[in-house]
Amino acid sequence: MERELQILLAGFGGQGVLFAGKCIAYAGLMDGREVSWLPSYGPEMRGGTANCSVTLSDAPIGSPLITAPNVLVALNQPSYDKFVDEVQPGGVIIADTSMIADLRLRDDVECFGVPATKIAEENGLGKGGNMVLLGKLFEVTKFCDWDTLMEGLRHCIPASKAHLLDNNIKAIKLGMEA
Amino acid sequence: MEKVLMKGNEALAESAMRAGCRFFFGYPITPQTELAAYMSKKMPKVGGTYLQAESEVAAINMVYGASAAGARVMTSSSSPGISLKGEGISYMAGADLPGVIINVQRGGPGLGGIQPSQSDYFQATKATGHGDFQVVVYAPSTVQEMSDIVYEAFDVADKYRTPVMILADGMLGQMMEPVVLPEPKNPEDLPAKPWACTGHEGKRAHNVVNSLYLTAEALEQLNVERYQRYDQIKATEQRAEAYLTEDADIVLVAFGASARVARSAVNAARAEGIKAGLLRPITLWPFPAEAMEATIDSAKEYLVVEMNMGQMVEDVRLCVEGRRPVGFFGRCGGIIPTPAEVLGQIRQIHERLAAEGE
Repeated sequence: MERELQILLAGFGGQGVLFAGKCIAYAGLMDGREVSWLPSYGPEMRGGTANCSVTLSDAPIGSPLITAPNVLVALNQPSYDKFVDEVQPGGVIIADTSMIADLRLRDDVECFGVPATKIAEENGLGKGGNMVLLGKLFEVTKFCDWDTLMEGLRHCIPASKAHLLDNNIKAIKLGMEA
Repeated sequence: MEKVLMKGNEALAESAMRAGCRFFFGYPITPQTELAAYMSKKMPKVGGTYLQAESEVAAINMVYGASAAGARVMTSSSSPGISLKGEGISYMAGADLPGVIINVQRGGPGLGGIQPSQSDYFQATKATGHGDFQVVVYAPSTVQEMSDIVYEAFDVADKYRTPVMILADGMLGQMMEPVVLPEPKNPEDLPAKPWACTGHEGKRAHNVVNSLYLTAEALEQLNVERYQRYDQIKATEQRAEAYLTEDADIVLVAFGASARVARSAVNAARAEGIKAGLLRPITLWPFPAEAMEATIDSAKEYLVVEMNMGQMVEDVRLCVEGRRPVGFFGRCGGIIPTPAEVLGQIRQIHERLAAEGE
């Protein structure tokens, strides 16, 4: 992946938006790329909307705040509605269709709908919808190779939650096949 | 060198400890809290003291005490908390005490908001507290720079016996970037501080740390001596990064978070064939007047970009001395300007310059 990826992940607090973003950022770090990860912070993190900007680049990164992403990962309807028109022409949208009923499409953007929350629940992966979407994002954009993604994931899961690694990998694989 | 992904706030904490800082006194406030949280976990592991004080005023006075005893010491807060520390910082300056103060700025005035801002530029560079004094002010713009600068800040503070402030903001504090951490220093190996109040056991004369001088002549003399030290700082410690300024018609001047936005805008302008460049002050005091002067020959116009209503722009105008127009673009209250907005400003200047040239 040569071009700069400006990924905006957006959803409700608790859906794992920041964690999914961190996995992407860590994979970028493993690849020796320029990386930035910027969360929204403040009152909206407690139950409201949460989003994070992740940039992967081969040149020094200017503004880490992404207002016009070339990749949008939307985990709920308000986030989709808020950002769908901001995506750059030629960009990619990955949307959780189990949370987004009204998937308004654009002609100049590729949109991949994945019922991520439903897939996670049906496979006993609890709140793993974020990782299902990450799997789809990986499959569509190939922002790194598989081993790097796994290495990044291992770095992001704290030792106290090491038992969840397999579930996260399973969710990513389900997303890639979705 | 291993790179790790860290938040700016965490990098400040980790690299401060690596610089030999063994005392931290603070009081929680968003968007700085991760720094204190990190210190509370890690400081005890290196044999240091982390203490959450009862208030910001108490914290800065604990910094005064630890510094007077010769320790490397730090405090951190965000805008409203820094106002509370102002009195203590003035006392530290008056007593010639080194120490590092972090301001992870948020929107003001008053309690303001919790989103990123740069509206404490005047406070940091002109009037941190009462009296004739300056603090050295650094403005990092990446997480790596947060780490590098705090590591160096302790040396600068000790060398000149002055408080040093790092003026960051909520964006830099909260964001994660890869960072290579510096080598840990052993506090035992740091240069001695013969002036410190460490207990003399009757073997030498008292050391006195004090900022009260009731004889006007003595106080004036101390201020004059301190300003000679400030002249030395101005002569040797100015730092700035010049990005594509060599042939730039339009020179943007921005620091910290807004410099990153400005850099994106400069890249976009260059892609359109507009000769734009960026001068990024890394020290806000001393202001990098020499680096500014180096841009004047090619510059036709300056554009200062800040996350406030226009503060550093005054120092830019002092440097330019009316030789070129100096414009300003700012957003405030916690809004981060977009590269597109700044590019719009550059285009306007470019079109006007082109029209004037015809």
